[in-house]
Amino acid sequence: MDHLDALESQSIYIFREAFNRFDRLAMLWSLGKDSNVMIWLAKKAFFGHMPFPSLFCDTGKKFPEMYDFRDRYAAEWGLNLILRDCPPIEEIDPTLPPAARSAARKTEALKRAIAEFDFQAVIAGIRRDEEPTRAKERVFSPRGTDANWNFKDQPPEFWDQYKTDFAPGTHVRIHPILHWTELDIWRYIRREGIPVVPLYYTRNGKRYRSLGDMDITHPVASEAATIDEIIAELEQTSVPERSGRAMDSETEDAFERLRTAGYM
Amino acid sequence: MSDKTQDATQGAVPLTIVIVGHVDHGKSTLVGRLIHDTGSMPDGKLAAIKAMSEKRGMPFEWAFLLDAFQAERDQGITIDTTQIRFRTQTRPYLIIDAPGHKEFLKNMITGAAAASAALLVIDAVDGVQEQSRRHGYLLHLLGIRQVTVVVNKMDLAGYGAERFAEVEGDIRRYLGSIGVTPAFVVPVSAREGDNIASRSAAMPWYTGPTVTEALDRCTMPPSVDELPLRLPVQDVYKFDQRRIIAGRIESGRLRVGDTLLFSPSNKTARVASIEAWGAAAPVTQVSAGQSVGITLDEQIFVERGQIVSHVESAPFETNVFRARLFWLGHAPLTRGRQYKMKLATGEFPVEVQQVESVIDVADLSAGDTAAVERNDVAEIVLRCRSMLAVDEFIANPRTGRFVLVEGYDIVGGGIISMDGYPDQRGQRTVVSTNIHAVESRVSMEDHWLKNHHKSGVIWLTGLSGAGKTTLALALEHELHRRGYQVYVLDGDNIRHGLSADLGFSPDDRAENIRRVGEVSKLFAQAGVIVVTAFISPYRADRDHVREIAGELFHEVYVKADVATCESRDPKGLYKKARAGEIKDFTGISAPYEAPEAADLVIDTSDQSIDQSVAMLLDYVGTRFTMDTKQAAKG
Ligand SMILES: Nc1nc2c(ncn2[C@@H]2O[C@H](COP(=O)(O)OP(=O)(O)OP(=O)(O)O)[C@@H](O)[C@H]2O)c(=O)[nH]1
Ligand SMILES: [Mg+2]
Repeated sequence: MDHLDALESQSIYIFREAFNRFDRLAMLWSLGKDSNVMIWLAKKAFFGHMPFPSLFCDTGKKFPEMYDFRDRYAAEWGLNLILRDCPPIEEIDPTLPPAARSAARKTEALKRAIAEFDFQAVIAGIRRDEEPTRAKERVFSPRGTDANWNFKDQPPEFWDQYKTDFAPGTHVRIHPILHWTELDIWRYIRREGIPVVPLYYTRNGKRYRSLGDMDITHPVASEAATIDEIIAELEQTSVPERSGRAMDSETEDAFERLRTAGYM
Repeated sequence: MSDKTQDATQGAVPLTIVIVGHVDHGKSTLVGRLIHDTGSMPDGKLAAIKAMSEKRGMPFEWAFLLDAFQAERDQGITIDTTQIRFRTQTRPYLIIDAPGHKEFLKNMITGAAAASAALLVIDAVDGVQEQSRRHGYLLHLLGIRQVTVVVNKMDLAGYGAERFAEVEGDIRRYLGSIGVTPAFVVPVSAREGDNIASRSAAMPWYTGPTVTEALDRCTMPPSVDELPLRLPVQDVYKFDQRRIIAGRIESGRLRVGDTLLFSPSNKTARVASIEAWGAAAPVTQVSAGQSVGITLDEQIFVERGQIVSHVESAPFETNVFRARLFWLGHAPLTRGRQYKMKLATGEFPVEVQQVESVIDVADLSAGDTAAVERNDVAEIVLRCRSMLAVDEFIANPRTGRFVLVEGYDIVGGGIISMDGYPDQRGQRTVVSTNIHAVESRVSMEDHWLKNHHKSGVIWLTGLSGAGKTTLALALEHELHRRGYQVYVLDGDNIRHGLSADLGFSPDDRAENIRRVGEVSKLFAQAGVIVVTAFISPYRADRDHVREIAGELFHEVYVKADVATCESRDPKGLYKKARAGEIKDFTGISAPYEAPEAADLVIDTSDQSIDQSVAMLLDYVGTRFTMDTKQAAKG
């Protein structure tokens, strides 16, 4: 087994644990490269099937290419897609810095969907190498009754024995690709031929490394026009992946605040 | 940067290293420095760390690279473990930074359990401390054999060879006493970058490897492909026509056509196919580490938790074993306590039969065996009602370890030894072969598959008037309505036929219960859920039935005190007993021995019949379902 095989196998194991342990389960689909890889892994885990719904929380501010991608692949992959709109910015904690406040709309939409469908578990495609608080996440990460993350007292998690017992009213976030890096993701996309939104490829000397809302996501300078070129670029660069995501760095604690309040 | 260039190791699996040691000895600083000195620091990070440090009025704090939470930075302490990737010229690494504070031992174990090698960091001035020893011990228990000691903060010890030798001696003595020989002991200053990725000019007396050189000399964990096959069943899918058994191969190999043994059910079947979505060519062989799906040539009963092996190299079968345990629970572990055990993909109720010793790992002294307290290590004996398939940890770590769950939480982990306990597979195989000869070729599990539920004996015991017959009949009705195969045995249909020759002497009573037990077992083997309603006041009699029916036996205590039953007295029996008209009446003039460890207790004195039936249905729902997921979901 090479490294990609090992990563894939671990993710499949996590997906199967999630599906076995929880009846009311959904996967977040953000249309980005990571969540497409997740769908691919789920199909491998379940032999071509997607046995739980995919949830898309629409901020209304995604790039047009992303909406096109969603409509095409939701059909092609046979997803049971749940679409929910995010609430307006006025309903979000005004003490958050502007980009974080904007991003928190997604948390709110997610919480409402969890309540609406009574989901016990939500699968999210975060990775440890994206951001330092995500680096401290558990694979099965319990959330309190208000979807909050109590990072000061995370459960022990070892030997692939995950926390699967929960008090009523709480839920769990499950992170099947937590152990992958950006480079792993692209190498896997290349190996498997997984489709991605074209915004990842260069246009006028710039490309997106991470896709979010149009107004708080910026492209990075890049000439990479193919997956091979993206991989070659990532093997050399020391620019962090999320440097184009304004919400991460407005203040030192902005992202921590977002995440402890239930952001992915 | 050269270390990031594409090279031959691009597709290599990273070596996982955990950094452990006492609080504040400089673990996170070491990792921060390692990332920086190997050129793996992202752009802008140094400036960000500088700003964070200045904001807090501190000199540059390398630990802030990993200590991401405000609470960690403000208090200068690592709360939770972090994983970070980097690479040297030789290979890629996954570095796991663990917290040193005793309060966060669960997080240290979370980090350390995933590692193949460890760096044990010791402060040169502070020397070997409690968590240095505890972490050293736990590394050993977790099976991590490659340990390098890093003596840090040598700048504060004047870079002196003498102090280094003292600390080295102390830690070597301790590790030696638990059977660990460190690969290297490296003097460093994490903060100043001495002997991290480059040789220190300040310590010319040291000629051994730097930290990165020591890492590069670790070996990758040996392949487990050559060990006997172990495939814990994770799930059984029926999304379409195929019935796919899914799981991850923990060790060994599996090929199409292999005859597989399922433990503990002791059934065999052959691999018909290996299923893979999107595979270019049919897969004919899979090996350790792969998450796979297989189909069988025969529809035998398979469920999550069973362990698949080859026939000639099966795991142990036992219901009792010895374990070395680390305890993380807030409430102490004591003899007689019951927990849920998770072993591979299985979940089993277990009871602590014995606490043999408690080890204070800080000084290796023996502790009081009355209670295993948080952060203790103990040798215990665990017993399970049902048979388990296990391996000894030394033979196969992945199926030789388990965790215990109390309430909603994982409260401990342990490794298995079968020292002093025989494999019980031999005895069982003989028995089941005999049964086979007279039992025809349709097995009990075949009935289960057909009925879509398991079978068994739900043995209601309790005083006259406690509600046994009422509940038995109500349960039968409800289960029947839901499509279950169910039958009630009670005094009337037995006493009038099968036991018509028996009276009410103690011997006759015992014989009656024996017959009921045997008949129940036959029903259960035919796939039926049997509900019995007998007072069955004597523990010995019920234990006898338990012996007859084995794992099929479910003891349910229908509880109501004598006063309650007497006030109900539907048949006027209590009145007669009080009047002396009935001799040896249970509860009045004859004893009732309540169950000590019933599978379910239903207190009918303060709840409605509906509530009691709901409890029974719930029990059947969890204990008699087949763990097979249908495609209908989602
Ligand atoms: N002088 C000196 N100080 C150091 C050195 N290494 C670490 N320190 C300091 O020691 C303190 C603790 O360092 P950390 O890296 O946070 O220690 P730790 O072992 O990760 O602590 P926990 O994770 O909380 O157990 C910090 O203030 C560091 O700056 C060193 O080599 N020399
Ligand atoms: Mg630390």
